[in-house]
Amino acid sequence: MEAYIYDAVRTPRGRGKPDGSLHEITPIQLATQTLEAIRDRNAIDTADVDDVILGCVTPVGEQGADIARTAVLNADYAQTTPGVQVNRFCASGLEAVNIAAAKVMSGEALFAIGGGVESMSRVPMASDGGAIAMDPAVAYKTYFAPQGIGADVIATKFGISRDDADAYAVESQKRAKMAWDEGRFAKSIVPVRDVIGQIVLDHDEHMRPDATMQSLGALKPSFTALGEEMPGFDTVALLRYPELERVNHIHHAGNSSGIVDGAAAVLVGGKDIGDKYGLKPRARIRAMASIGSEPLIMLTGPEFVAGKLLSRARMTAADIDLWELNEAFASVVLRYMQAMKLDHDQINVNGGAIAMGHPLGATGAMVLGTALDELERSGKGTALINLCVGAGMGTGIIIERI
Amino acid sequence: MNSITISTDADGIATLMIDVPDQSMNVIGPDFIADLDAAITRIASDDAIKGAVIASGKDSGFMAGMDLKYFGSMLATSDGSRPQPSAIFDQVFVLNQLFRRLETCGKPIACAIEGTCVGGGFELALACHRRIVGDSPKTRLGLPEILIGLFPGGGGSQRLPRLIGVQAALMYMLQGKLFRPAEAAMLKAVDQVVPQGTALETAREWVKANPNAASQPWDVKGFKFPGGAGGFNPAFVQTMVGALPMTLKQTQRNMNAPIALLSAVYEGAILPFDRAIRVESKYFARVAADPQAGNMIRSLFVNKQAAERGARRPKDQPKAPTMKLAMLGAGMMGAGIATVAAQAGMEVILFDRDIAYAQKGKAHVESVLSKRLGKGMTPEKLAATLARVTPTATYADLAGADFVIEAVFEDVAIKAEVTKQVEAVLGPDVIFGSNTSTLPITKLAGAWSKPENFIGVHFFSPVEKMPLVEIILGKQTGPAAIAKALDFVAQIKKTPIVVNDSRGFYTSRCFGTYVQEGAELVAEGINPALIENAGKQLGMPVGPLAVSDEVSIELGYKVMTAAKKELGDAYVAQRSDDVMTQMVELDRLGRKNAKGWYDYPENGKKALWPGIADLFPRAEDQPDVEAVKERLLYRQLVECARCFEEGVLETPEDGDIGAIFGWGFAPYTGGPFAHMDTVGIAHVVAVLDRLAATHGDRFAPTAQLREMASTGGTFYRPAPSRAAA
Repeated sequence: MEAYIYDAVRTPRGRGKPDGSLHEITPIQLATQTLEAIRDRNAIDTADVDDVILGCVTPVGEQGADIARTAVLNADYAQTTPGVQVNRFCASGLEAVNIAAAKVMSGEALFAIGGGVESMSRVPMASDGGAIAMDPAVAYKTYFAPQGIGADVIATKFGISRDDADAYAVESQKRAKMAWDEGRFAKSIVPVRDVIGQIVLDHDEHMRPDATMQSLGALKPSFTALGEEMPGFDTVALLRYPELERVNHIHHAGNSSGIVDGAAAVLVGGKDIGDKYGLKPRARIRAMASIGSEPLIMLTGPEFVAGKLLSRARMTAADIDLWELNEAFASVVLRYMQAMKLDHDQINVNGGAIAMGHPLGATGAMVLGTALDELERSGKGTALINLCVGAGMGTGIIIERI
Repeated sequence: MNSITISTDADGIATLMIDVPDQSMNVIGPDFIADLDAAITRIASDDAIKGAVIASGKDSGFMAGMDLKYFGSMLATSDGSRPQPSAIFDQVFVLNQLFRRLETCGKPIACAIEGTCVGGGFELALACHRRIVGDSPKTRLGLPEILIGLFPGGGGSQRLPRLIGVQAALMYMLQGKLFRPAEAAMLKAVDQVVPQGTALETAREWVKANPNAASQPWDVKGFKFPGGAGGFNPAFVQTMVGALPMTLKQTQRNMNAPIALLSAVYEGAILPFDRAIRVESKYFARVAADPQAGNMIRSLFVNKQAAERGARRPKDQPKAPTMKLAMLGAGMMGAGIATVAAQAGMEVILFDRDIAYAQKGKAHVESVLSKRLGKGMTPEKLAATLARVTPTATYADLAGADFVIEAVFEDVAIKAEVTKQVEAVLGPDVIFGSNTSTLPITKLAGAWSKPENFIGVHFFSPVEKMPLVEIILGKQTGPAAIAKALDFVAQIKKTPIVVNDSRGFYTSRCFGTYVQEGAELVAEGINPALIENAGKQLGMPVGPLAVSDEVSIELGYKVMTAAKKELGDAYVAQRSDDVMTQMVELDRLGRKNAKGWYDYPENGKKALWPGIADLFPRAEDQPDVEAVKERLLYRQLVECARCFEEGVLETPEDGDIGAIFGWGFAPYTGGPFAHMDTVGIAHVVAVLDRLAATHGDRFAPTAQLREMASTGGTFYRPAPSRAAA
């Protein structure tokens, strides 16, 4: 059975700090408001939603205890609708959509919703512990190093300079500004409301459209101390990549993804259930894939995901009209462009997480929605959407506009 | 019961006086374990005993760790095979349970510590309810097990973090760092520091005053680690995440004990104490079952101490301490030797051909010693030490010296001239030592009328810091000279090895192969960063190119040229010769002129010279790092084996100690010979044959290695696992 995307919504992204607009909004509210929007915009009986899958990367505290089922109940969905929280680190939101699609394709679900949520200002990243970094025997076996070190290793290994990364970041900011100015995200954005119904945020507030090479040039690299001094993760990197003399630390707050709060949801279903509600499918899902690769460099997965996706879909890179890769770090996208032989014109045309931020669990569903909107705006046919993922994974999807 | 004496006073306070027979220092062996077991039973069951104090009956200190012989017996198997962790666990857990019984016996136990209290001794102290230390600048406490390839396995890895916090405990245990008494008290590793000699009395008073203080903090409900612990404690998570890379910085991926220690602390942190010590013992058993710890203990500890106590000294020779040293040559080496000799209390006549040089040498002594002011050096001691050094340019001033060391220019003719001048003043009965690093001792001995009194004493630079002295015997060197040289080394508290004469002796010759193989690899167009990282991963202190820069490429070039000249047609040319020649011709001499394999920018970190790629174009196919490591390792191993076959080395002990302390050969192996025994000689021969077929005869195994491989022979006899028994 084919799976179609009927709708995609997201909250604006709030700065993930105590002064961020969404800091006072609980993560369950972020998720609830996106689920409400999916239901209300499409006027569906939620009894036909056979599952809600939400990505969340730090599922502890108020994001714990299956936030997906909690959000289903809180959004007044039919109590027959279950919910499950998944964690594929930075691709959780897309993985949730892929699972939703798989459920539709297998006939398990009529409608399924995939999405994600992360309030990084309220539930700090990595506050769930985890053996991969913390258990010495595991970290030893896997050569654990934080993702920023991996991003810098990518830059070193593939000859990406600080200037390359900064130039990419400046362009990302420009594109995001242009996209907002032209209303390119309007179809997907669901403003977030507070407990008395006021809108607290209706735009991405992390953006720095005035960033220049000069202003970024003033920023200090973020991972130099972590790598070279305390505790010295470059040692681990060189143990894994002995062909490098040293790690060139090029990433900083300005050419890495921003820490933000947000949520997103995507409605997936088969042809018949769409017809029941008179809904027009917006895109067909052509292929889905996840991969694992070397975990220390961690973030070169997307090129392998792309290969797997294209081969599963019996397509070539030339068949893809639009490329979207989450801007976790500038080097991740620049390496992907090298590997896939892409021009910057073909990828992330409306900017990305460097400008707008990366709410870990939600981003995957957000970038999917962004690509879908852009296909419709530009009249293009196919898009390959992809994210690099912690521990060397990657998750992607190919969609085709209808 | 013969290692613990129990006496109970009128207040019902029992004193357990530990005095393990036939040992200079209290150590933990089977008798002690049985005695402590009986003592605990008595304390717990005797109603007349209200509490107890544990103290040492020896002046040498409180207690060291486990008796290494006993430890060895735990590893012994009836058929000489490697021991199983499960079998070791059953034995090591006994001690853990015993200490656990002590702290849960229901009565307050205090520990009165005077003097050294380390390893298992400190673990015993940690299992007491109160630790009281007599203050002394010499007293050290702590858990140094990591230094011999083990980690604290008697509850130490669980109790110390619960007392002082995970981060502080790891910092000390991972480095084997010891506490001074005040430091231990500040961190709360001990409870009280009292004047020296009063710990026992204070401990008794404490037990008397605290009859109910019979619980450890971790046995009280609601106990929390200082600083917190567990996967939801950010500080703990950060400590655990950071501890591994910090450890790898020190050990690369070569040492298993620190990793096991980290796991024991991490996993133990959320367990109740009885389960925590069980996990600790399991990790300990895993580490102990690996040959690494046994190899390290044998070379770094047992054999090193034996060498220092005169293992190679001719037994029939009377003690021959040096009273007055004639030090010829006041350059870096001469001044360094003068420094350590004067520090050891000897009179030193520091001779150079120009009085200004001699005085400069003495100034060097002063500058070295001044740096130690405040670190055990006082102005008075400094003045007294300096007063023992007399600079001179007059041979007659050497009169009265009872030992000579020559460290003049490395030239046979110049050395011969100096030697003769000295003999004219002192006569040929005085022992003459030459600190040459390359010239044949037998040849130099020709300048001394009694060559039996001539010997090589090869120091390493900087002398003040380097622990090894390589004693080289010429063909005619006699026992009196050996005794004199070894007694001198003992006086300056360094570690000797004794080898026979050969070009480069043992250490320089084998160390050279590491540098040469690095150059061979460069010549083949192997990525220099890969070569350097491979060297470090192997466990060498730095990569072969970096060390080549440090000793200077020019020096290697000079040694090579001299050997060529002397050997003529017999010289076997190597590709590395051309590499050195090319570098020297380009004025890339090493760190000394800030241009070698590396560039040394004035305001920055050194970086590999980009020009290497122009000189030796990068090969298209780059090897795996393991292949590079293998070449760097086996090139050294085969040279060591040659030294053994040729008789340059008489014992594997000399070979292993010399390698580790002389040129920093991967200490975790226990040395090249221990390593060859451990991986198996047949394996060594197979690897060497393969390498020789691909890379040339420099890897060809010796006939002796082949013989050993076919007969199942080993360098150490009997085999390591049996030796431990």
